[in-house]
Amino acid sequence: MKKVNKLRMRESIVSYCFLAPALVFFLLFVLVPMIMGAVTSFFNYTMTDFSFVGIDNYIKMFGDKVFQKSLINTIIIVIGSVPIVVGFSLFVASQTYERSAFTRSFFRWVFFLPVVTGTVAVTVVWKWIYDPLSGIMNYILKTGHVIDQNIMWLGDKRYALMAIIIILLTTAVGQPIILYIASMGNIDKSLVEAAEVDGANKFQVFWKIKWPSLLPTTLYIVVITTINSFQCFSLIQLLTSGGPNYSTTTIMYYLYEQAFKQSNYGYANTMGVFLALLIGLISFAQFKLLGNDVEY
Amino acid sequence: MKKKITPFSIFSITSLGILTVIFVFPFYWIMTGAFKSQGDAIKIPPQWWPEAPTLENFEKLLIQNPAGQWLLNSILIAGLTTLAVCLTSSLAGYVLAKKRFYGQKMLFSIFIMAMALPKQVIIVPLVRMISFLNMHDSMMAVILPLIGWPFGVFLMKQFSENVPKELLESAKIDGCNELRTFSNIVLPIVKPGVASLAIFTFINTWNDYFMQLVMLSSRDNLTISLGVATLQAELSTNYGLIMAGAALAAVPIVTVFLVFQKSFTQGITMGAVKG
Repeated sequence: MKKVNKLRMRESIVSYCFLAPALVFFLLFVLVPMIMGAVTSFFNYTMTDFSFVGIDNYIKMFGDKVFQKSLINTIIIVIGSVPIVVGFSLFVASQTYERSAFTRSFFRWVFFLPVVTGTVAVTVVWKWIYDPLSGIMNYILKTGHVIDQNIMWLGDKRYALMAIIIILLTTAVGQPIILYIASMGNIDKSLVEAAEVDGANKFQVFWKIKWPSLLPTTLYIVVITTINSFQCFSLIQLLTSGGPNYSTTTIMYYLYEQAFKQSNYGYANTMGVFLALLIGLISFAQFKLLGNDVEY
Repeated sequence: MKKKITPFSIFSITSLGILTVIFVFPFYWIMTGAFKSQGDAIKIPPQWWPEAPTLENFEKLLIQNPAGQWLLNSILIAGLTTLAVCLTSSLAGYVLAKKRFYGQKMLFSIFIMAMALPKQVIIVPLVRMISFLNMHDSMMAVILPLIGWPFGVFLMKQFSENVPKELLESAKIDGCNELRTFSNIVLPIVKPGVASLAIFTFINTWNDYFMQLVMLSSRDNLTISLGVATLQAELSTNYGLIMAGAALAAVPIVTVFLVFQKSFTQGITMGAVKG
């Protein structure tokens, strides 16, 4: 017994030596900031002041009209993007996974291209697409007689959020498509063949056999897309700065503005905690729904 | 096996074709726009191909603006981050997968939980932390926090599970010390994992606009993405020049992606924490 403990002790020391480099960075730049963020959310923390205020920031947050607006915008982005991302990537993956390896990797490349190109570079093009005077969107719609007057896509509060969601979609489907293609490759072929021999049509094969085995992947995609939509920031910072009239302000953008434009660090951290709890809740629900085994 | 032509297969091929055009268009537009003059870039109807190709945009970028420096900064930041992440993660991932030690379960749970949280939500305390360490507006301000992110550790743990226990035991019997065992036995087996992680980290760091935006400020310290974003804010209508900047930001990283696509795809599927 004693010998086992001694061995384990030795192995523990070795293990922590191997872990040390990763742990130092993790503690310093992930864990400590997390704790700091949570603690300072109870403080009035600005450039000049640092005083404990209890839950005042939280009360202020829920009563803050801009925060409410940004929460609603964020939820609209989630609701507008998640179902489309899932349906879209399911469609593309199901149409490509049985093709040759070359075709598969071609489509992976196509749908990942906007992600790899980078938010800034892609946004530059979209800014031109939406440009009221020299942009292609108004040109196409006018040539097709859908509209007869130029629309300011990013400057009109009726369209701005929708315009942002469209860009977000083109950068959000790359990873789900890759995951679905991998997952469809793992479906038991003999089951599919057996069903086809028994006279099941394509639709039945999909619903009864393929869909159940795609469920874990689908749930994972729903969770990551939801989390990514919650964090929607760069597009907004680059294109609209949250305007016009807060119609594109998301929680993440409002947090950024409060912290880095107004220096309200405490208040910004309150929103950070709120967002973290929300995201934690979603991830937790995913764990609960799927049990504890890690796949792949 | 020949496939039958059905209305659905026609629909499928047409829609894939249209989607391909839509998804490739931004990249195409950057690449062609980069060679258009200021006037040609905003012509309506659009000029689908640069009719009078010019290099003036690149000249302006590299001479009037420090775009060369920005590119170099991007390469250094992404390269150093990748190097450090691969090193720390492969060491940590290996012991998490193959050793039994005190506090292992708890540590792994903390890693997983931290991974679920996007780093954006702790960006404010992170920036304060970096200022406190007197590193604001330096390359290290972007690099160090990215090294701490536990995704790499998780990915390398997944890959390290494949190392056969017998190999490790026989190495021990042969008198191999721990570091040698790692470098001579474990590393060759997890090499594909390191490749995935490297490519994944490089691309993500290159495109991590948010982190660069909050950490870097003086003009010479910007990355290429941040530099282009700044130019766009300053001269929003000179699309030719901005497209040329976007081309400088996108071409290196798209090339890297093309060359290493296989490793990258593997990283994405292995890194999925399902359940």
